[in-house]
Amino acid sequence: MSITKDTVKKISKLSRIASNEKFEENMIKDLNSILKFVEQLNEVNIDNVEPLASTVNQELIKREDEVKVVNKKKDILINSPSENEDFYVVPKVIE
Amino acid sequence: MSEIYQLSLFELVNKIKSKEISCEEATKSYVERSSKSKKLNCYVEETFDIALKKAKDLDQSFNPDKKLFGAPIAVKDLFCTNGVQTTASSKMLKGFKPQYESTVTEKLWNEGANLLGKLNCDEYAMGSSNETSYFGNVINPYRNDEDLVPGGSSGGCSSSVAANLTSATVGTDTGGSIRQPASFTGIVGLKPTYGRCSRWGIVAFASSLDQAGPMTKDVKDSALMMEVIAGHDEKDSTSAKKNVEPFSSKLTKDIKGLKIGIPKEYKVDGMPKEILDLWDKGIEISKSLGCEIKEISLPHTKYALPAYYIIAPAEASSNLARYDGVKYGFRAEGKDLIEMYENTRAQGFGDEVKRRILIGTYVLSSGYYDAYYLKALKVRRLIKNDFDEAFKEVDTILTPTTPSSAFAIGKNDDDPISMYLNDVFTVPVNLAGLPAISFPAGYDQKNLPLGLQLIGKSFDEQTILNNAYAIEQNINFKPNYKDWWI
Amino acid sequence: MSEKQFDYYLKGEKGDYEVVIGLEVHAQVLSKAKLFSASATQFGAEPNSQVSLVDAAMPGMLPVINKFCIEQAVKTGLGLNAKINTFSKFDRKNYFYADLPQGYQISQFKHPIVGEGKVILDMPYGTKEVGIERLHLEQDAGKSMHDQDPNHSFVDLNRSGIALMEIVSKPDLRSPSEVGEYIKKLRSIMRYLNTCDGNMEQGSLRADVNVSVRLKNSKNFGTRCEIKNVNSIKFMQQAIEYEARRQINLIEDGKEVDQETRLFDTKKQETRSMRSKEDAHDYRYFPDPDLLPLEIDEKYIEDLKKTLPELPDQKKQRLISDFKLTSYEASVIISDQAVSEYYEKVAKNSDYKLAATWLMGDLFATLNKEAKDITESPVSAENLAKMINLIKDGTISGKIAKTVFEEMVKSDGDPLKIVEDKGLKQTSDPKEIENIVDKILASNQDKVEQYKSGKDKLFGFFVGQVMKEMKGKGNPQMINDILKNKLK
Repeated sequence: MSITKDTVKKISKLSRIASNEKFEENMIKDLNSILKFVEQLNEVNIDNVEPLASTVNQELIKREDEVKVVNKKKDILINSPSENEDFYVVPKVIE
Repeated sequence: MSEIYQLSLFELVNKIKSKEISCEEATKSYVERSSKSKKLNCYVEETFDIALKKAKDLDQSFNPDKKLFGAPIAVKDLFCTNGVQTTASSKMLKGFKPQYESTVTEKLWNEGANLLGKLNCDEYAMGSSNETSYFGNVINPYRNDEDLVPGGSSGGCSSSVAANLTSATVGTDTGGSIRQPASFTGIVGLKPTYGRCSRWGIVAFASSLDQAGPMTKDVKDSALMMEVIAGHDEKDSTSAKKNVEPFSSKLTKDIKGLKIGIPKEYKVDGMPKEILDLWDKGIEISKSLGCEIKEISLPHTKYALPAYYIIAPAEASSNLARYDGVKYGFRAEGKDLIEMYENTRAQGFGDEVKRRILIGTYVLSSGYYDAYYLKALKVRRLIKNDFDEAFKEVDTILTPTTPSSAFAIGKNDDDPISMYLNDVFTVPVNLAGLPAISFPAGYDQKNLPLGLQLIGKSFDEQTILNNAYAIEQNINFKPNYKDWWI
Repeated sequence: MSEKQFDYYLKGEKGDYEVVIGLEVHAQVLSKAKLFSASATQFGAEPNSQVSLVDAAMPGMLPVINKFCIEQAVKTGLGLNAKINTFSKFDRKNYFYADLPQGYQISQFKHPIVGEGKVILDMPYGTKEVGIERLHLEQDAGKSMHDQDPNHSFVDLNRSGIALMEIVSKPDLRSPSEVGEYIKKLRSIMRYLNTCDGNMEQGSLRADVNVSVRLKNSKNFGTRCEIKNVNSIKFMQQAIEYEARRQINLIEDGKEVDQETRLFDTKKQETRSMRSKEDAHDYRYFPDPDLLPLEIDEKYIEDLKKTLPELPDQKKQRLISDFKLTSYEASVIISDQAVSEYYEKVAKNSDYKLAATWLMGDLFATLNKEAKDITESPVSAENLAKMINLIKDGTISGKIAKTVFEEMVKSDGDPLKIVEDKGLKQTSDPKEIENIVDKILASNQDKVEQYKSGKDKLFGFFVGQVMKEMKGKGNPQMINDILKNKLK
C-alpha cells in the first residue's frame, strides 16, 4: 500500500491539520518511507495470535460514585486562549 | 571533589542531612552552574528564584527523614507542574500553566526535593535527538569537533545530569527516551516496568508505552529515585498495585549465581566493533562476578521497531487530539471552527509530531486498521512472548543500549527511519512493558560514552539495579568531558 | 381480545410501504459523579462549574471508571432481559468537535457491557417484541451554545463526561406509535430500576432514529437515514412520518435514498441533511490505552439480579392474576411505577376493580386537568380507598361518590366526613324506600297500567322518580329490587 496525495489530504483532514502543496509533498515521501518500513510486519506469521494492547495484568481500577471535585471553573478556564471567565469560546459552529 | 554539584544525589542528600551542606548551598551550587550553562540549552523554564527561596524554607524546616531532602531537581518538561509553565517543548503548549502537579513530581517534592526548572525534550517526547523541540537543540556536554545531540527525547534531562546542572532528574521513556539519551551522555537511566510509576499529570505520548523513570549520575541514585517515584496511584487506571521495595537499601554488588541472557538477535549487521567489544566487556565482568551467561533468542526483535512505529503513532494521534486551540496553549485564527482547528494544529505542531499524527491516523483509519494497527498488536504479543520465554531461563538480559554513540546535530535530518533506528534495542522493552536500565560502560574511539542495557522481569527493578550496580563498580566509569561551554 | 390489525402502511404509486425503524437511545445514567471523573452530574448548574481537570481534557489527565455506573448498566441490561458480557472494553471514538474536549469520546465499540435482549410492547393489535442489539457505556459531550453571539459559539462542559447508556434496538419497529410505546417502555423499565430518570426535557433520554422504507412484503431493507439527537417522543414520531414520506417520494420519483445523517427541525417539522457532518466520518475506534478491559464475574451479576425490583412486565402479570385486572388496565397502571404503587395501595385496602376504575377514570382525568403527577395527586391513596369502601358498604352510591370525589379533590378530606358534613349518606332502609316507592306508584297509576301492559321502558321513569323524591340518596340497587317486586 502506498500513500498518495489524496491520502495525505484525507488524513490531514481527519487529523485537523491544515495542509498545503509543500506539506503534502514532504509527507508523501516521509510517510511512504515509514510505511515501507513498518510493512516488514507482513513477514510475521500472526495466525492465532491475540492482539496485545496493554501489558498490565490486573483488574480495572474503579472509583466510588462520589463527587469530589467542586467548582473548578477558574482552574479549567484560566489557560483558555479565549479569555472568557464562564465559557470556552470558539468560532461559530454551524450544524 | 571540590564542588557541591559534583556530588552524587545520594552523597549530596547525606551531606545535607548531616548538616555538612545546607539546602541553600546545594541549590546555589546547581543554580550557578545551570546559569553558566545556557549554551547547552537544557532548560525550557528556570525556576531558580523560587528554588533559592524554597531552599531557605527547607533549611528552616530541616527534616532528615525525607529521602531527597534538599536535593535540587529539574524535571523533563513533560511533567505538569502546578503554576509552572509546562510545554512538552511544543509551541502548542507555550504559556500553559497547569493548575495541578503530576503524581511523580509531587512525590519528589513530598520527599523534600526542590524544583529547579523544566528541562527541554523532543516535542511531545517524539524524537531521539532532542532536535524536534520547539525551544531548540540541547547540546551534549560531550563533543569532539562539533556539537553533538544529547539523545532524546529526554535530552535536556540527560545533558543536565551529565553536565551537573541538576542532582538527578525524571524523564519519560516510550521507546527509549530515558535509556538512549542516558547512553549518549554517560549517565544512568532507568525505565521502570509499565505501571510502576503513575502517568497522572504527564503529557501523554503513547499511553500504553509511556513510563516515567529516573536519570541519575549513578546506579545508587537511580535506586534512590525509584524508591521515591514508584507506587500505585488510584488516579491512573494502568498503575500497578505493587508494593514499592526499598531499592536503595536493598542494593547489592553480590550478584553471584545470577543468570544473564545474551540475545543473539541483538548482534545486528553493521554494529560497530567497539560496541560489540563493550558488550563483551560487560559479559566478562559479569562472569568474573560469578554470573552465569546464557545465549538466548528473542526471535521477533527485528519486528519491534516496525510494530512500535504503528502503535505509538496510533495512540499519539488520539492523545494529541486535545490540542485544538480551545482550552489551553496556542490558537491560530480561522474563519470557522474547523479552520481554527486546522490552522492551530498546523502551526502549533512541528513536523515530526505531524508525521506521527498522520501515520497514526492512517493506521487506525477504516480499511487499514487490521492491516497495520491490529497486526502490530499481534506482533507486540509475540515480542512479549519472546521475553516471557527467555525469562524462564534467565534473570536479566544484557544488551547494548544503542547501536551508536551520540551523533552530530542535523545528521539524521533527511530520513525519519535512520533516526528511528536509534531505538532498535530499547523499543522491544517498552512493547513488553518490562523494566530496563542503561548505565555507562565506557567510551568509543571518539571518546564518547556508550551504555549497556539490562532488561529485567516485570516489577523486578531490584535485580537489574543490583546487576548494573555490580558491573558499574567494576567499570568505574568517570566523565571525561571538559567544561568547554562555560 | 381486540381484533385490531397493524395497519401503519404508507401509500405510494408502487404500492403500500412499510416503515422500518431502529433506535439508538441515549439514556443518562443516574449517578452522583461522572463516568470517569469525580465531578457532579446535576442538571442546571452554573456553566462549567461541574467540570474536573479530566472532563476538560487537561494534559496528562486520566480516566478512572465509576463503579456505580457499571452497576447501573448491568442492572439496565438485566431489565432488558439481555445477556451481560463478563468481558467488555472501552474504545476511543475519535472526532473533533467544540464540545468534545478530548478529541475523542470514550465508548464501547467491539465489546459492549450488555449484549442482546428484548423488550415487549403492548400494542392494540397484541404484544410486540422488539430486539435489543446491545447496550454500552459512553461519555456524554458538552454543550455548545450558538445563539449568544453572531460570530462565536460558547462551550459549557458540565455535561462532558457524564455516563450514558446507549441502547441500540434491532430494526424491529414499524410505526411511530410503536416507537412511542418502545420509548415509554424503556423509560418505565429504567425508572423502575432507578438507572435513568428518563427526563426528556432535560436531555436525560434522547435518541438517534434510523428510518428506512420498503414495499410491503419486501424482504430487503431500504437505505436508512439516521436522524440525530431527537429529544421527545412527539418529535421522534413527527420526524419518522416526515422522513418516511420523503424517502417514499424519492423512491417513487426513481431517485436513490442517500445513507446520511439528518437533523429534525422541530419548527419546520422536517428533516434536513447535517452540514457539519459533510466529511465522511472515520472514527478510528481503538482500545483506550488509559483503561484496562472491564471484567465482571457471574457472582456479581447474580448478586445484582437479587437486588432488582419487580419490573413492569412482572408487575403486570401479578396485577392481572392478583387483582383480576384486564391486560389493558394492568399495562396502563404499570407504565408508571408511582401509579402502580398508588393503585396497589388503594386496591389492597378497598376493591381491586373499583380501584382501577376510579384511578383510570376520575383520578387520571383530574391529574390531567391539573397537569399533575400521581405523586402530587390531590387525593391520597388512603382516602380513595376509604371512599371506595363507602361505595362498597352501601354508605354512598356510585353517583354520590362522584360528588364526594370532587370534594376530596378540593380538600383531600376524609370521605366519610365529607359524606356526613354534606349529608350525602345513602338511604338503605328498606322500609323508607318501600314507603316512597308506594307513594310514587300510587300517584302514577296510569303509568303503572301502561308498564304492566308491556311498556317496560317506564321502569326507568319510576326509578328516577323515587331517586328524585329521595334527593339522590336512595340505594339504587334496593330501589330497583323493591320496584321490581311491587310491579310484578
